[in-house]
Order: sequence, then C-alpha cells, then structure tokens
Amino acid sequence: MVQMTMIEAVRSAMDVMLERDDNVVVFGEDVGYFGGVFRCTAGLQKKYGTSRVFDSPINESGIVGAGIGMAVYGLRPCVEVQFADYIYPAYDQLVSEAARMRYRSAGDFTAPITIRSPCGGGIFGGQTHSQSPEAIFTHVSGLKTIVPSTPYDAKGLLISAIEDDDPVVFLEPKRLYNGPFDGHHDKPARNWTSHPLGEVPEGHYNVPIGEAAIRRTGADVSIITYGTMCFVAEAAVAETGIDAEIIDLRTLLPLDIETISQSVSKTGRCLVLHEATLTSGFGAEIVAQIQERCFYALEAPIERVTGWDTPYPHAQEWDYFPGPARVGRALRSLMEVI
Amino acid sequence: MPDFGPLSFKVPEPPVRPGDEPDFSDFEVPKAGTVRRPEVDADADDMKDLATTMIRVLNRDGEAVGPWAIDMDREVLLHGLRSMLRTRAFDERMMTLQRQGKTSFYMKCTGEEAIAIGQQLALSQGDMNFPTYRQQGLLLCQDYPVVDMICQILSNARDPLRGRQLPIMYSSKKHGFFTISGNLGTQYIHAVGWAMASAIKGDTKIAAAWIGDGSTAESDFHAALVNASVYKPPVVLNIVNNQWAISSFQGLAGGDSATFAERAHGYGIPSLRVDGNDFMAVHAVSKWAIERARRNLGPTLIEWVTYRVAPHSTSDDPSKYRPREESEAWPLGDPVLRLKNHLIGLGLWSEERHLQAEAEFDEEIRVATKEAESYGVMGGGSSARDIFEDVYKDMPPHLRAQRQKMGV
Repeated sequence: MVQMTMIEAVRSAMDVMLERDDNVVVFGEDVGYFGGVFRCTAGLQKKYGTSRVFDSPINESGIVGAGIGMAVYGLRPCVEVQFADYIYPAYDQLVSEAARMRYRSAGDFTAPITIRSPCGGGIFGGQTHSQSPEAIFTHVSGLKTIVPSTPYDAKGLLISAIEDDDPVVFLEPKRLYNGPFDGHHDKPARNWTSHPLGEVPEGHYNVPIGEAAIRRTGADVSIITYGTMCFVAEAAVAETGIDAEIIDLRTLLPLDIETISQSVSKTGRCLVLHEATLTSGFGAEIVAQIQERCFYALEAPIERVTGWDTPYPHAQEWDYFPGPARVGRALRSLMEVI
Repeated sequence: MPDFGPLSFKVPEPPVRPGDEPDFSDFEVPKAGTVRRPEVDADADDMKDLATTMIRVLNRDGEAVGPWAIDMDREVLLHGLRSMLRTRAFDERMMTLQRQGKTSFYMKCTGEEAIAIGQQLALSQGDMNFPTYRQQGLLLCQDYPVVDMICQILSNARDPLRGRQLPIMYSSKKHGFFTISGNLGTQYIHAVGWAMASAIKGDTKIAAAWIGDGSTAESDFHAALVNASVYKPPVVLNIVNNQWAISSFQGLAGGDSATFAERAHGYGIPSLRVDGNDFMAVHAVSKWAIERARRNLGPTLIEWVTYRVAPHSTSDDPSKYRPREESEAWPLGDPVLRLKNHLIGLGLWSEERHLQAEAEFDEEIRVATKEAESYGVMGGGSSARDIFEDVYKDMPPHLRAQRQKMGV
C-alpha cells in the first residue's frame, strides 16, 4: 500500500490497465504529452507511447464517437472529457450510440468504453467548470454511472470500469482530487497523504461496480450521498453530534438499493444529499425508491439537501454549495420530527 | 456611417417545385473518360480539381472509357449487375409488404444501387462498413441470408435483432455491416475511430463510412473529418449525394455553395466527386481509395452523385415537394440500365439473360418472403422477454425486477 491522491490513484488505474491489456488506449484533450490539465495522465504517454496515450482535438463528440468506434473494433478506450461541463456535445454519442449498441444489435456489436470526467464544484470554476451532470446519465438505460469519493475506490472502480463490457461514465469529483474536502472552504484543506482512505495498493484490484460503502455506521438517521458530499456529511455529523449512518453510493447506476433500504429501515430517517441541482436530480430517484421499500419504517419525511436549481454561480459559490451548515440544519430538523 | 440599407435573409430553394418542368440545366456533366486519374500516393493538394468535376467511365454508348476504365474481372461485373437486380427485386417486394400492412416501414434505394454494391465488391473480408439506411446493397451483394433480412423487416420470431430495431436497420459484424442508427451522422465518426483502432493495432483492415448529403450538416460529420485529418486512419469517407433529404434539397445542406467533396479540402483530405450511377466509376474509384487506405496513405472522401428515385421512406410522398417527372429527367440515368448495356456490349450479357435474372430474383425474394412471413409479420412472434435482454451484458437487479413486474 502507498499513499496516493485521487489524481495519482486514477493515473495508477490507467497505468495498471495499460500495462495489463494491450487493447486499452487513453486519449482526450491535453492528456498526451502534457499529461492532462489535472495531471491524471502524467507520464503515461512517455511510458506507453503515442499510439496508446494521445492528445485529441477539442471535439468531445469526436472523442467519445471515435472511442466508440475503437471499442467496436475491440479496443478498450478510456477517454477523458476535460470537464463534465464539456460533455454535452458527446451526449448523443453516449445516449444514442454507446448505450444502445449492444441492445440494438442484439449483442452483435458492443461498446466497452470508459468516459472519465472531472465533475463538481468548489474550485471557483463558475458555471462551466463546476457542474454535476450525473442524473442525465443515470436516466439512460445501457450506461453505468460511477462517482468515487476516495483514492482507493477511484482506482478500484476505474479498473472495474475499464474491464467492464458495457459503457461506463466515470465522474471524478475534482474537489476531492487532492484531499477529502469537507465543505469548510475557509479552513486549511486536508490532503490524502495523511488519510487512511488515501492508502492504495500499487497493483491491480477491483472495487465492484454497483456496491455502496457504509462510511459511518449510525443509529439515528441515514445519509445517502456520493462524491464530495460524503465528507461534507461527515463534517455535519461531527458538528451536530447526531448519530448518522453515512452511505457512499460509489455507483449510481446500477444502484445498490439493498444497502440503502437496510439502513433506512434501521434508522427510520433519511437525508439524501448531492451537489447537483434538486429538481429531477438523482436524489429524486433515491427518495422514490426508499419510499417504495421503506414506507412503513419512515418516521419523518425524507429530506433532500442539494445545489439550488440555478446555474452554478461564480462569486457566490459558497452560498450555492450545500455545505456542512445546511446539511447540519437538515439533520436537526429531521431529528425534530417525532 | 454609410447607408448599406436593410439586410435580407436568404433561404435556398430548389430550382423547381411540383407542377414545374424538371430543370437540371445548371447541373454539369463532364463527358465520360475526361477526368484524370492521379497516382494512388498523390498528395491531397495535387488533386483538388477532382472535387469539383465528376469522374465518369461509362459513355452514352455503354463503353468504359478514360483513365478510370480499369480492367475488371468479368465475375465482378456480372455479380455487380446481378446484385443490383437482386436489390431492386428486394426493394419492390418489401415495399409491397409494407403496403400489405405486414411491416411498419421500408426504405428503397432505387437509383443508388451501384454505389453500395460497387464499393462492397472492392472491399475485403474483415473490413467494416458503417452504413446509413440506404445501403442494403452492401448485404444483398454478399451471402447474408435474405430470409434473415426479411425477418428483421417483419420484426418476427426469427428477427436477428429480436424486434428491437426499426425495419431495415440491419446489423451483421460477420458481413462487415455495422448496426444502423436512426440518429444521422453518428456512425461517421465511429468509422474513423474503428480505422484508428485498426492502425493502432497494426492491422490490415480498413473502414468505410457512409453518410447522405443532408446529414453532412450534422456536427458529427465535422468530428469525423477533423479526426480523419489529424490521425490519417485507413477510412473511405463516402457521401451519397442523392439530392434529397426527405423534402430538403441538397442546397439546404450547403451543396449550392460548394460541392460536398470540396468540404474535405479544408481538412487536407483528398477528395473525389464521382458519377454514382456509373458502376464502373464507383468500383474503380472505390478500389483506388481503398488501396490508399490499405497502403497507410490515410483517408479519402468521395462524393457519389446520384438521385433518390424512391420516396425517402414508405412514410413519405415526394410529389408534395418535387416534380413527379424529376427522376426521369435525371441526367445520369439508371445505373442498372447503364451497366446492363455495357455488359451487353462486352458480350457478357444479353436482353434475354437480363429478363431471366429479373425473374430469378423476383422468385428468390418471393420464396424467401413467404418463408419469412411464416415466422410472423408486423412484430408477431416477437417475445416481450427480449425487451430486457442486452441492455447490459449482465442484467442488473433493477431490470430483473422490472421484468418480473411485467410477468415475463
């Protein structure tokens, strides 16, 4: 085991897979010689050559579209879309092509492609570098959607994604790249190098797709969340002293509803937490499924804390971001219902 | 500030509309045999003239003339003509099936048969086409089982695609035929990516991309060309310019401002404009572009100039937007007739054999249709269980639960 940041963990996953499987290729904007704007592919081109790791034109539909063509040929492309905010030109390729290929050809053609993309806010990136668009992918049958929150999970899940025979959208919360950001932007940031979840095996391992992790066990309330908000939840729990169970979904689709419903059935109270906007957000799906399964166990209406239903603002970032204060208020109000 | 007057908005219109006389007076047709043939390894810069002219081989007398009149195997010629007749027979029968209410939908390729067939006969086993919906000739000139094609159209119990796709959206990896998408242009970039993969792996296979004049307006066309320009993968980029995209004439895709072939010039990709109703030209130019790709000389774009004689689909009525007589007036003629006359001139074919072949294919397709119909028509024989299979390789729990809920 070595200490890694999430950037190093993601890079290590691609390194392991490039080494193990000649069919793995990595490309995207600035990922080749330069090593990516977040350095996730630094050194990989030098190690594996320009036909395995290379730069692409600024053309997201082309990156994903060409990747699909390569996957159809038999390669396993792992492509980077520089920011999740830039993924929309590739949406048609993901929805109409990657996600449908196995189905429409009855298994004659498949598209085992992984699309990596940094998501989420907290870096003062304004509306075009801060979005969390996961719900537009979970709405599409045929795609798998993953949002890791730790270096260990990021590496193990990315390896699983590249090895998966179906297309996977792999969203990396960029505010977690260097450390477990807890939403307190005015306090010094921690780094993964001193965190137990920054301990990562150097070689190959899998974290299975479709399994949630319980980050904290608790008896009073279940917090269902993923990505950056896992650590915001931890901070809010510490600050309120409420004995909450924190569930990190890790994979949004397929959803580990068993782990969620077991927890909610136990606690009877539930807070769903994500950075993305509220209306039609992935939280709505979680809430619907919880009430289907846990209706008689619920002691209070399920709460949601999310980004506001507005574009992601620049100067007002910390009013927009659902930080520990908002999460804490929601937890308290959940506990007040008798 | 000088007075420039008010601006005005321009929307292109075709030269004629229903009720008018067909008018192709602005459509220039060079004489067969007059366009030069560059060396296969020539520079894109040195053949820009080929994007604004039209390569033609068969002259009015049915003779193959000029530098593109290459020696062709007689079996290829005969197979080409027979495959075009087979495709025509297939189209006619499937159109009837739709009118009989046995399938929801069909699309003919009448007048365009030479293009898919002429190119497929120049490709090799293992190469991959990324077709649009009007390249049925790619399959009909191969040994793909015609009963399977009809079963797909009928969405019945033997449909290889298990009832999931609109009729005619075939898929056969074995026959180098990529699964068709109804989203236009999306597959053009796949062909480029597939060809990039072939080059990455040091393979010898090449890809053929297909798109229509109308869909060149899609941004994925640009994505394909810029990637083809950057990575120079072994791909033939076909544009079938059949003049009409449903009711929109080619000018609405920008075809009146520059030829579709000329679009390649901005990308430094060699580009040729070819008479798509001339089987000899199609085959010769395809071989040339395929050899370029195979010799690692990169992509070639080809605009095939043709005319969509048929309606866009069984849901379309072209008499609403173009003169009924327009296809008769089309200056490049009928590809079947032109190849037929050429082969008769060579002594390889005759009027009698032509009639025999027409009857033979009519019978073949009739018998195949009868068999296919016995497996069900209009979705009959399909299974509701197939709705849930193949969404993912392994069915996730939520789909299993939904299938259970449906009770299948």
